[in-house]
Amino acid sequence: MNRYPLWKSLLFAGVMLLALLLALPNVFGSAPALQLSRKDGELFAPATSVQQFTDLLAREQVKADASFVENGRVVLRFGDVPTQLKARDLIESSSPGAYAIATTFASRAPAWARAVGLKPMSLGLDLRGGIYLVYEVDVDGAVKQTLQRLERDYRLALREKRIQYESVEGGNGTVIVTLKDAAHLDEARAALTAVDANVTLSTTTADGAAELRASLSDVQVKERQNFAIQQNITALGNRVNLLGVSEASVQRQGSNRIAVQLPGVQDASEVIRLLGKTATLEFRLVDQGNNPIDAQQSGHAPLGTKLYKERNGRPVLLKRDVIVTGEQLTNATSTFQQGEPAVSVNLDAHGGDEMLRTTRENLGKPMAVVFIERERQLREQDGQKVAVDVNREEVISVATIRGVFSNQFQITGLTSREGQELAKLLRAGALAAPVYIVEQRLIGPSLGQDNIDKGVSALVIGSIALFVFMTLYYSAFGVVANFVLICNVVLLTACLSLFGAALTLPGIAGIMLTVGMAVDANILIYERIREEVRNGNSPHAAIKAGFEKAFSAIADANVTTLIAGVVLFLFGTGPIKGFAVVLSVGILTTLFTALMGSRTIIGLIWGRRSAIKRLPV
Amino acid sequence: MEFFHSTPRFRFMAMRRLCYLISIIVIVGSMVAEGYHGLNLAVDFTGGVVIEAGFSGTADLDRTRAALKTAGYPEVAVQNFGSSKDVLVRLPPLGEKQSANDVTQKIETALRAVDPSVQIRRTEVVGPQVGKELVVKGLEAMAITVLLILVYIAFRFRWKFGVGAVLATLHDPFVVIGVFALTGMTFDLAVLAAVLAVIGYSINETVVVFDRVRELFPTMRKAEPIEVFDRAINETLSRTVITKLATLIVVVALYLFGGEALRGFGLALIVGILAVTYSSMYIASGVALDLGSSHRDLMPSERNAPVDDLP
Repeated sequence: MNRYPLWKSLLFAGVMLLALLLALPNVFGSAPALQLSRKDGELFAPATSVQQFTDLLAREQVKADASFVENGRVVLRFGDVPTQLKARDLIESSSPGAYAIATTFASRAPAWARAVGLKPMSLGLDLRGGIYLVYEVDVDGAVKQTLQRLERDYRLALREKRIQYESVEGGNGTVIVTLKDAAHLDEARAALTAVDANVTLSTTTADGAAELRASLSDVQVKERQNFAIQQNITALGNRVNLLGVSEASVQRQGSNRIAVQLPGVQDASEVIRLLGKTATLEFRLVDQGNNPIDAQQSGHAPLGTKLYKERNGRPVLLKRDVIVTGEQLTNATSTFQQGEPAVSVNLDAHGGDEMLRTTRENLGKPMAVVFIERERQLREQDGQKVAVDVNREEVISVATIRGVFSNQFQITGLTSREGQELAKLLRAGALAAPVYIVEQRLIGPSLGQDNIDKGVSALVIGSIALFVFMTLYYSAFGVVANFVLICNVVLLTACLSLFGAALTLPGIAGIMLTVGMAVDANILIYERIREEVRNGNSPHAAIKAGFEKAFSAIADANVTTLIAGVVLFLFGTGPIKGFAVVLSVGILTTLFTALMGSRTIIGLIWGRRSAIKRLPV
Repeated sequence: MEFFHSTPRFRFMAMRRLCYLISIIVIVGSMVAEGYHGLNLAVDFTGGVVIEAGFSGTADLDRTRAALKTAGYPEVAVQNFGSSKDVLVRLPPLGEKQSANDVTQKIETALRAVDPSVQIRRTEVVGPQVGKELVVKGLEAMAITVLLILVYIAFRFRWKFGVGAVLATLHDPFVVIGVFALTGMTFDLAVLAAVLAVIGYSINETVVVFDRVRELFPTMRKAEPIEVFDRAINETLSRTVITKLATLIVVVALYLFGGEALRGFGLALIVGILAVTYSSMYIASGVALDLGSSHRDLMPSERNAPVDDLP
C-alpha cells in the first residue's frame, strides 16, 4: 500500500478549493463602467448613494448592469461603451461639476463575490492602456531653498538686533555671515542661533573682521529632502484624486523619484498640465464685523475683506491683509496634544515675527488658512491661445487664536482624520521643491488589447502543446502532471489576485516561464520513478523512492531560482518587478503543487491498489 | 514513450577541456560582437523618445522621415515594427530645455501629416539619467544574484561546486547578449528580465546534476571522480532532455505568438535555455571536477557534511 497521509491530501484539496474561489473572479472578465467620486473629497455612503444615480439613469432608459459603492466611490457597470458614455453625459448634465466621473472597467463577477471581497487581478498599464509618469524631485534645489530662507532670516535677525554686517552670502551648502566688527561676534552668534538652533555655526576671525559660517547638518539635509519628496507625493496624490481615475497610484520610487500611474487615461498633455499645478497657503484673520451670508447674497464683500468658501460650502469673510504665506511654512505634522488631535505648524523666522505681532493684537479672534491652487490654463483670446493662471481658493481651517505665538504653534479642535488631512494640505501648500518629468510612457488602448490577445494566445498555445507532449511521453502520469500544472496556474492566479497585483505583459511571460519550469519538478520525479522501476523495485516502492529522492534536487533548484526572483524584485522597477513577483510566487506554487499535489493524486489513483503490474509512467 | 531505455554511458567529462576552449571562444566572440556591432539598447537604457504608430496602410518610411525632418527632427530613426503598417520612431535623449510633451506632440502632428488616420499606439520618453541608472542597477542585480547563489551552493554543496556553478552561470548571459549583438535585436527591459531568469535557470540545471553527484559519491567509493561526474550527468540526461523540450515548447510559443513586445524576451530564453543545457553539463561539472572535487568533499560522515536527503 502506498497512500499519502490523509491530512496532507486534505490540505492540498483545501488549498486548491480556496484557490479556485480566489481565482474565480478572473474568469468573468470586465465590462465598461463609470466611477464617480465627489469633488469635495467626501466619500459616498455605502448602499444609499447608489439609488439616486440608478434612478436618474432609469428615467432615461439607461440600464446599469451593476451598481455599488467601493472605497467611497460609486461604480456603475454597463453592457457596452455607448451606454457607458450616454450615462456619463446624463450624470454630468444633471449635476455639473459635482462629481469626478472616470470611464473605467469593472469586473463582471457576481455581487456575492464582491461582497466577500473577492477581486480579479487588475490589468497593468501595458495591457489596458494609460499613462505612466516618473517625476524627479529636485532635492538639492529643496536644500538650496532652505539655505536661501536661512540667508534672508539671518539678515532680518541681524538688522533687528542692530548688529552691523558686511555681507550675508549663501552658496555651496553654507551661509557665510561677515561682520564688520569682531566685537559683536557673540551677540551675532546668539542672534543667529535664535533663528534656527539646529544649524551648525563655526567662527573664523581675521583682521578685526569676523566670519560666521552656518551649515546644515546631514540630518537636516536628509529631513529637508524627505520633506520635499513627501510634499510632492501629497500634492500629486491630491491632484490625481481630483482626476477621478480609478486605480491610479502615486508611489515613491527610489530616493528622489515619484511614479504616477494613470490607467485608462489617454490625454497626456492634459494630465501633465493638471498635475503640474502649484499650491500655496495664506493665513488671514477672519472678519467678524460683517455677515458673510449677506455678502454672499449681494455678491459684494465689504471693504477690506474678501469672501471665501469653506470646504463644506459655508461662506466666510476674511481680512485682506495676509499674515503669513505658504512660502514661510517650514513644516506641518499631525500630532496629539494632551490626548487631542492637533496639527503642529512651523514657520520660518520672518513668518514667526508676523505671527507674533498678529497674535499679540488679536487674541481670542479666529484665524483662517486659505489653500490656493494655481493652474496654468490655455484660453482662447481674440483667436490666440494665451496662458492664464487660474486660482482655486478654499478655506481649509478656521481656528481661534488661544495664545501669543510665533514660529511654532498648534491647530486643535479637529478629529484625527481632519488633522491628518489638514497637515497634508498645509504641507502641499508650503514652498514646493521643484520637480520635473524624467520618464513618460503612454500606451494606447488598442496596443493594450493587442498585448492581452497575443499574450493569452501564446499562453494557451504553449500550454496545449506542452500538455500533448507530456501525455505522449508519460501517458497516465503525464495527465497527472498536466492536471497539477493547471492547479499551479490556478493557485498562482489566486495568489496574485489576493495580493492585488496588477497583471502586466512581463507578468504573463512570468506565468509562462513558471508553466515551463513547473514541469521540471514533475519530470524529475517521474524520471526517478522510471529509474527505480528499471532497478527492479516494485511499483509502490518506486513511487515512494521517486518522490523522496527527487526532493533535494527540486528544492535546491527552486531555491536558487527564487534567489534570482527576489533580487529582481528588489532591484527592479515597474515591469521588471511585475515579472519578479510572478516568477517568485510561481516557484512557491510550483513547489507546493508538484510535491504535494502530484503525490496526492498519484496516491489517490495508484495508492489503493495492492498489486500494480506496470506503472503507466 | 521513452527516449533513453537504459542509462546512457556518454563520456562527457572527457570533452570538458575542448568545451572550455569553445566557451572561451564564444565569450570572446560575444564581447567582440558587442564591441563591433554594439548592443541595440532600447530607450529603457539609453534614454530618448520612442513612438509606435499604426498607419492605415503600408507605411511610407521615406515620407515619414522627410516629414519628421521638416518638423525639426533630422536625427530620428524610423523603422517598421512587427508589420509593414506599424512604425517605430526613435529619438535620442532630449536636451534640458526640451519638454517631453512638446516633442511627442510635434512628432504626432508630423505623423498625422503623412497619414491623417495614423494611430499613436505608444509613446515613451525616458530621461538619460534614468537609463544610466537602470544599466547600473541591472549589473548590480546580476552581481548580487550570482554572489548569493555562490553562497547558497557553497553552503549546500562545497565551494568547488559553487565556483563551477557560478562560472557556468556567468557564461550563459554572455551567449544571450552575444546573440542580441549579432542579430541587432532590441535589448530592452523584458530581455534584461529574461537574462536574469536565465541566470536562475542555469543554476537550477547545475544543481540537478550536482545533486546527483552528491548522491553518487558515497555509493561509488572505488570510482574516480571523473567517473562519478560522468555517471551523474548520464543518469540525469533523460530528465535534462525532457525538461528542456518541455520548457522550449512554451518559450517558442511565446516567441512565435506573443507579439512584438515579447519576441525579444522569447528569443533570450530560447538561446538561454540552450546555453544553460550545455554549460550545466560541461562547464559547471567540469570546473568542479578540475578544482579537485573528490569523495572527501562530499562524504556524509564528514563533520560539516551538508544536510541533503530531507524528507
